Amino acid sequence: MKTIQNIGIAIFLVGLGIFTALPVIGTFTLDRKDFEEIVAEKKFKSELFVSEMQKNVVGKEFNGMPDFSSTIDEAQSGVNKEHRKNKEWNKVVYPGSIDMAALLGKKSGSGFIVENKGLMWFLTFGLGILGALMFIVPQVVTLGKKGIKNDGIYHQSSTNRGWIAWLVFVFLIGFYLLLYFRPQYAVNWTYLVDPISESLSGKPAGHWFVYGFMYCVVMTVMAVRMYIKYRHNVYQMVRTTSVLFFQIVFAFLIPEIMVRLQMPYYDFKNAFPLDYDFFFSWNLKELTSSGGIGIFILVWGIVLTVVMVPVMVYFFGKRWYCSWVCGCGGLAETLGDPYRQHSSKSLFSWKVERWLVHGVLVFAIVMTGMTLYSFFTESGTVLGIKTSSVQNTYSLAIGSVFAGVIGTGFYPIFGNRVWCRFGCPLAAYLGFVQRFKSRFRITTNGGQCISCGNCSTYCEMGIDVRAYAQKGENIVRSSCVGCGVCSAVCPRGVLKLENGPEEGRINPTQVLLGNDVDLMELVNKK
Amino acid sequence: MEHIVIIGNGIAGVTAARHIRKLSDKRITIISAESEYFFSRTALMYVYMGHMKFEHTQPYENWFWKKNRIDLITDYVTEVVHTDKKVLLRSGKEIAYDKLIIATGSKPNKFGWRGQDLKGVQGLYSKQDLEQLEANAPDKETCKRAVIVGGGLIGIEMAEMLRTRKIPVTFLVREDSFWNGVLPKGESQMINEHILEHHIDLRLGTNLEEIISDENGRARAVKIKETGEEIACDVVGLTAGVTPNIDFLKDSDIETGKGVKVNRYLETNIIDVYAIGDCAEQHEGIGQRRPIEAVWYTGRMMGETIAQTICGNKFAYQPGHWFNSAKFLDIEYQTYGWVFSERNMKDHEQHFHWRHSEENICITVAFHKETKLFLGINTFGIRMRHEIFDRWLSEERDVHHVMEYLKDANFDPEFYAQYEAEIVRKFNSDHGTTIQPKKKSWKRIFAAS
Repeated sequence: MKTIQNIGIAIFLVGLGIFTALPVIGTFTLDRKDFEEIVAEKKFKSELFVSEMQKNVVGKEFNGMPDFSSTIDEAQSGVNKEHRKNKEWNKVVYPGSIDMAALLGKKSGSGFIVENKGLMWFLTFGLGILGALMFIVPQVVTLGKKGIKNDGIYHQSSTNRGWIAWLVFVFLIGFYLLLYFRPQYAVNWTYLVDPISESLSGKPAGHWFVYGFMYCVVMTVMAVRMYIKYRHNVYQMVRTTSVLFFQIVFAFLIPEIMVRLQMPYYDFKNAFPLDYDFFFSWNLKELTSSGGIGIFILVWGIVLTVVMVPVMVYFFGKRWYCSWVCGCGGLAETLGDPYRQHSSKSLFSWKVERWLVHGVLVFAIVMTGMTLYSFFTESGTVLGIKTSSVQNTYSLAIGSVFAGVIGTGFYPIFGNRVWCRFGCPLAAYLGFVQRFKSRFRITTNGGQCISCGNCSTYCEMGIDVRAYAQKGENIVRSSCVGCGVCSAVCPRGVLKLENGPEEGRINPTQVLLGNDVDLMELVNKK
Repeated sequence: MEHIVIIGNGIAGVTAARHIRKLSDKRITIISAESEYFFSRTALMYVYMGHMKFEHTQPYENWFWKKNRIDLITDYVTEVVHTDKKVLLRSGKEIAYDKLIIATGSKPNKFGWRGQDLKGVQGLYSKQDLEQLEANAPDKETCKRAVIVGGGLIGIEMAEMLRTRKIPVTFLVREDSFWNGVLPKGESQMINEHILEHHIDLRLGTNLEEIISDENGRARAVKIKETGEEIACDVVGLTAGVTPNIDFLKDSDIETGKGVKVNRYLETNIIDVYAIGDCAEQHEGIGQRRPIEAVWYTGRMMGETIAQTICGNKFAYQPGHWFNSAKFLDIEYQTYGWVFSERNMKDHEQHFHWRHSEENICITVAFHKETKLFLGINTFGIRMRHEIFDRWLSEERDVHHVMEYLKDANFDPEFYAQYEAEIVRKFNSDHGTTIQPKKKSWKRIFAAS
């Protein structure tokens, strides 16, 4: 078993290594015909740019994206400088040089990688999946009898913030930075999944398609791990299946198929304000101009946020979304599960969390208010503040850095729900409903708690579950996503997720069950 | 301001301190030589197993004590001088008290075996014991085999701990079935099987003759009394129960038996000196309880009680219905009310036992032969709701009622298979009854709470 697992790790690392090398290798040759097509399509008005490109780029072979990208950047910025100097504003070449490199790069790929997409897919994704499964599947045996097996988590470098965890941290941060801020380097990755993209949407893959596909692959492989680890726990099995289903079908397949059917790209489960650009004017314009389906999406999006979310949270707590449906939650519950113990349980963290997450919610709402005001009045500013700059700030700071780079990159060090806990505006909104008007609570079992701390340690949301359990109090907290792991790891059967009657949900206790102090007498004597 | 001094920072002492602070403004000092801050003793095993780090076993952050004005002293109390109302510390310091609470807990039993003080021989109770185990048995290369002597809860926990590091374990149990002084036959049998499933070399009906030393004064083997067999090992775990940790009181006037003798108000024979938790001994057991109860929950309850008394509401210690819980490797165990083993069974006590055909799940319900009064339940692999059983015991329900409403008591996570129908069917066929299980009702569950 150990041998199979070690071979698995080796295979996985080979796949990962090739994948990691792809952004900087490969050959790029921009074909004259392709370039002319792009010029025609994008309507570049700068003859200077076209001639510069034809002189320096077209027909030449570049080794690796860095070379290709920097040549384009040089050409473009030189040209734009010239135009700006001459005040020829209409000739300045947009988009930015990064997107330009991505755009041209996608057309320019040549040589081995582009010609062997299937083989390259196998050498990256294929080896990754195979290796990971060879490591994971033998756990059916190595974990021993079914039951909670967290043995050695704090003895292993990978799960105890050791050097492996830090390497994963660096890799994830690097991956997200590249994806969000240097997409031209992802061009080689897009070739790997072109056939899949074409079969779904009929279009070649962009870097977001790579991400979406990878997301599904990672979740599926790590869901196998969840199934094995929690095979005695039906709640975890059902929940994992649900969250996997919503990711693959709702977040990945349906939007791609909608594109093939000439419909707008839309993820039906992505509720505002997590889907923060839902009310941005480009989206509203696109939806209102897409006929019936556009209007349907518009209405659905609003109903989801305004009606579905509060009603469902009332009956089931916010877990129905955060642990059963949400994509961010889905990645956290599968890829992030080995790191869940790292979320800080200190009072200080809780204070920071409340300010941050509610701050983001307020930010999102104010931004949306400004956006809608601008949309209907067609004015670009509200009280002298440019709506677009607020949108851009949010997109960069929250949408990219917080949700992506920090949200996932920090898994191995700060636990798997960093984004959900500190940043997600939807979680904050759901949390309000859960805290004040919901039938959900984590019930504690009388006086049975031994304060061992397993529940708190493994709470991914950083809730000090034990603090409530040892007092015999139900846990009613905005942040609880109802993952059910506190209940799973409790060695005394003290915790249970329940959607019971609202009455008596919050139950402060004076003296714990088991000690027959006459409470009335106690109160009267005071 | 009245000064309350508490010796011991375990669950009993710390609960007392917390509740005294809730109820009053008195000066509180806790003295412990074991650890600076309170931790959950029952969780020590998870630290060795790598589920948690030591700091995770501490229920309160370090600032908690200062904020709540509970002074912590790390020292060992060598003597209580009740005539001067002070305690002497090993460091030479003296602490004066107005009221003293002794909450020093237990220490592992040693029955005078030859070799019991050799290196590599240890119990598992304190933080120091855990550190010692980490040194004695860090991995399977250093510790090629461990022998555990004593078939109780600590013994099986220690076996589980060592097995997580792949250390071969031989488990010597004096009884002819695991913990059968407490558990009825069917349950004890299931645990025997489960121990073997975990590749633990379980030796039932075996006593320790002696622990054999090597030339460096380290244990190298144990000898079994019945067969004379020698088992080579590097670590010997002595887990044959615990005794109150009260040696420092030997020369005081405080009356002691096995533990510190207390009355129902947890008072000792000396005024303003109280004892709670594992180290306290009732003159007579309360109800069917033993005079000394080395159980987490009773320590906590005594802490709650003594806080009332000290803050002016004199309260007798009145533990309600007995309950307890444990985990045997992968099997969770809960008990409510009294279910005695065959050895200690009362004449009127009758048992109903149900065991799942494949899974390690079973329950035993004890009831009165004639009146059918429900006496208690043991559950293995099924979680049950404490409040419900506490209520049924108070309301003196009969076993038929329990069977009929058993679904109300289920506390398993959502989507788990439910076995109440099967249990009731077996009960009906065993007893010729026709009980129909009622559907779970939130209304009933939360009726009284």
